[in-house]
Amino acid sequence: MTDIQAAPAAAPAEADVQPAIELRGISKSFGPVQANKDISIRVMPGTIHGIIGENGAGKSTLMSILYGFYKADAGEIFVAGKRTEIPDSQAAIAAGIGMVFQHFKLVQNFTVLENVVLGAEDGQMLKPSLAKARKSLTRLAEEYELNVDPDALIEHLSVGHQQRVEILKALYREADILILDEPTGVLTPAEADHLFRILDNLRREGKTIIFITHKLREIMEITDTVSVMRRGQMTATVKTAETSPEELAELMVGRKVLLRVDKEKAAPKQKVLEVENLRVVDDKGVERLRGVSLEVRAGEILGIAGVAGNGQSELLAVLGGIMEGEGHVRVNGAELPLSGRHADGQSRRRRGIGHVPEDRQHEGLIMEFQAWENVAFGYHHDPRYQLNPLLMNNAAIREDTAGKMERFDVRPPDPGLHARNFSGGNQQKIVVAREIERNPDVLLVGQPTRGVDIGAIEFIHQQIIRLRDEGKAVLLVSVELDEIFSLSDRIAVMFDGRIMGERLPEETDERELGLLMAGISEEPDQPEWQAVDEQLDRKEAQAAGSDPAGGE
Amino acid sequence: MDRMPGWADAVLVPLISLLLAAILSALVILAIGENPIDALQLMVEGTLMRSAGWGYMLYYATNFMFTGLAVAVAFHARLFNIGGEGQAMIGGLGVALVCLYIPFPHWTLALLGATAGAIVFGAAWALIPAYLQAKRGSHIVITTIMFNFIAAALLNYVLVNLLKPVGAMDPASATFPATTHLPSFQDMFATADTPLFRGSPANVSFFLALAACVVVWLLIWRTRLGYEIRSQGFSESAAKYAGISPVRVIVIAMLISGGLAGMMAINTTQGEAERLILNMTEGAGFIGIAVALMGRNHPFGIFLAAMLFGFLYQGGAELALWTNIPRELITVIQALVILFTGALDNMVRMPLERVFLGLRRRDAR
Repeated sequence: MTDIQAAPAAAPAEADVQPAIELRGISKSFGPVQANKDISIRVMPGTIHGIIGENGAGKSTLMSILYGFYKADAGEIFVAGKRTEIPDSQAAIAAGIGMVFQHFKLVQNFTVLENVVLGAEDGQMLKPSLAKARKSLTRLAEEYELNVDPDALIEHLSVGHQQRVEILKALYREADILILDEPTGVLTPAEADHLFRILDNLRREGKTIIFITHKLREIMEITDTVSVMRRGQMTATVKTAETSPEELAELMVGRKVLLRVDKEKAAPKQKVLEVENLRVVDDKGVERLRGVSLEVRAGEILGIAGVAGNGQSELLAVLGGIMEGEGHVRVNGAELPLSGRHADGQSRRRRGIGHVPEDRQHEGLIMEFQAWENVAFGYHHDPRYQLNPLLMNNAAIREDTAGKMERFDVRPPDPGLHARNFSGGNQQKIVVAREIERNPDVLLVGQPTRGVDIGAIEFIHQQIIRLRDEGKAVLLVSVELDEIFSLSDRIAVMFDGRIMGERLPEETDERELGLLMAGISEEPDQPEWQAVDEQLDRKEAQAAGSDPAGGE
Repeated sequence: MDRMPGWADAVLVPLISLLLAAILSALVILAIGENPIDALQLMVEGTLMRSAGWGYMLYYATNFMFTGLAVAVAFHARLFNIGGEGQAMIGGLGVALVCLYIPFPHWTLALLGATAGAIVFGAAWALIPAYLQAKRGSHIVITTIMFNFIAAALLNYVLVNLLKPVGAMDPASATFPATTHLPSFQDMFATADTPLFRGSPANVSFFLALAACVVVWLLIWRTRLGYEIRSQGFSESAAKYAGISPVRVIVIAMLISGGLAGMMAINTTQGEAERLILNMTEGAGFIGIAVALMGRNHPFGIFLAAMLFGFLYQGGAELALWTNIPRELITVIQALVILFTGALDNMVRMPLERVFLGLRRRDAR
């Protein structure tokens, strides 16, 4: 372990400053899996300490130990120099540790104020607590740019604002140490910028922040020191200023990785997928797609950028035959039925549409199935998989699976292993292998590398590019702007069920896309984050005002 | 990372559960002042040591296999069909109508006809709950349990008002024609010198149940339909992605389930009673749930569990006959077996998993 300890940014007198948090020799195993192995870190007060690592590297386990969700098998925790037992989250809060989870823990139909107070009431009567919270919320808002309307219902807030509520909750409980678990996954670039400003303010006030992410860019941008985790171990702790993304990536994966995708310029040919005025209303009666039109040509990748929940999932679902919709979709000039019996996944596959779904655990794979059963999934009518009209040819499927596992480097290459026992990256490789080897005319790809380790990301990206180069049309949906930029030949931005605009990756930048992702198509005359904020406020006001289905 | 080897999961866990149930039962028998060792001996002697005992045991086991398979098929689609009782009753009606009104020249044809009748009627009775679940989201547990009551009332009405021969006193149909008589084990295996299975009700439909076990195994693990049923059962969202229609799978799985439950009536109605009687299911529809639970929804497990419950049924009858142990106590013992193998499964499983983990970790070192 390279044990370079960072001095705090404010650089007070070196020796006598106690670390805000120190972990010594933390180990934790779940059955035979060693999630954390002899981990020691020291985080100085008033710094932002990044923890980076691939999925399953043990970051979340470590933080769960710190927050009292798990008990470590061995090791000690020191808070501000004092040895502290943290058996549950109450103890963590008492020790001044606050946590902002990746999936927010908010009561949807409570107001911001009620959520902040929940669990920290001062007595039997609610009113004094609420009044006190209102006052401190106003103060916090001014101090840290943490503005949220205290009386707004959570369900009307944007994701970025909901996250602020989570931070406020922690600060209201007087947390000095704030843990943020993958906080930017659901934010637009502008919202992420705002979050970083908030974190910066917090740091200046002397708060300590532990920032967990798998995005190298964010580590470089905001942290003072960074620890890298790999396979349950802490492989290095370095000063951010003294490292580079390449070095961090290598420390994470254990070998050199290509951070850019190498690809030739696209040579688009005829239109393969045409979508015209597509509309979708979900079962709650909410219009999810409001007239989407786009086309994808043979030999190109169209990337759909956007914050999660703006209709991208529904677009994939309709094209993949999971949801019904209205409008026109043509593949190679032939109209696809969008509702009724012939609008299902089977029909889509017959028409040459492959689909790598956004959520491999609930759609793309059946976790309780073995790998070979998953390889037949969706293609179980394939004549090659039948022994006779009645029975399936399981041996043939197994053999096919073994081949796919070899070609796509799935590890371990065991067709009999249950899907849930593969890592995220290998699960995704199984899905990608299944869909790509069908040689589809159109490949729908949703979040191809979500929860996938860097090594596998590289491979999956190469496979998608290879399919493009073979003259297939690829429709890519991703919330990772980096991914959109590195793969797409054209980029369309979705907001609120509409396509806000199309750009060429070489002629645009993150800032412009970020504004489009927030629904702003004209150049704003104020700082962009303010414009985004106002746009969000407008949307929230709309949601609060036009709430006929409300109160659910 | 599977927690423990397959054999431990399939064999060791039920065996330990069974042992616990047996120990607790022994304590209960002790508490009412009887000797549990004697009781067990009596059960074994009355069931396993003479062929007539086997005849009864296999007769009960036949019922339990059909109803257990019915529960299992539905369960693979994550449908909890507890309407086996009602489906079996209506299946019995189908068997009776076929046997009474179609003149069969030979029992083989009668068996085919009765099987068709049982399947069609049993499946039809499952169709309405299935449709309501698939299209309207009405919970299958609620609807099937209500359909049990409706079936009982319907059977009552049909027997009393339509099928009861004029002048008869008990609510039962006329006796079926002699050509529909299914060969009993006694007919098949007893000779003048060795009077096997004398007086016992086991009949040829036992083999039908064995065949059903094989067919269900093939269906679930070797056919596209079974694949679709299991997909739907594990994850409806994934099934939709794959283009598997939940409505279709739910309806078909329930039809098969109802058909299997209905087939139980071949054993009791055509095989044993040879007429349709009011209490033709003898509660086997509900025992099927325990059998499927204990058998882990696998046909072979169901076969073993059905044999066990057959043994308990017959052994219980022996106890009631020869000792002061009341018949109700048998129900208690059966309930304990269900409790331990079904509801308290994790109580045995989790410590066992820990044991295996410990072993594995020691090996790894």
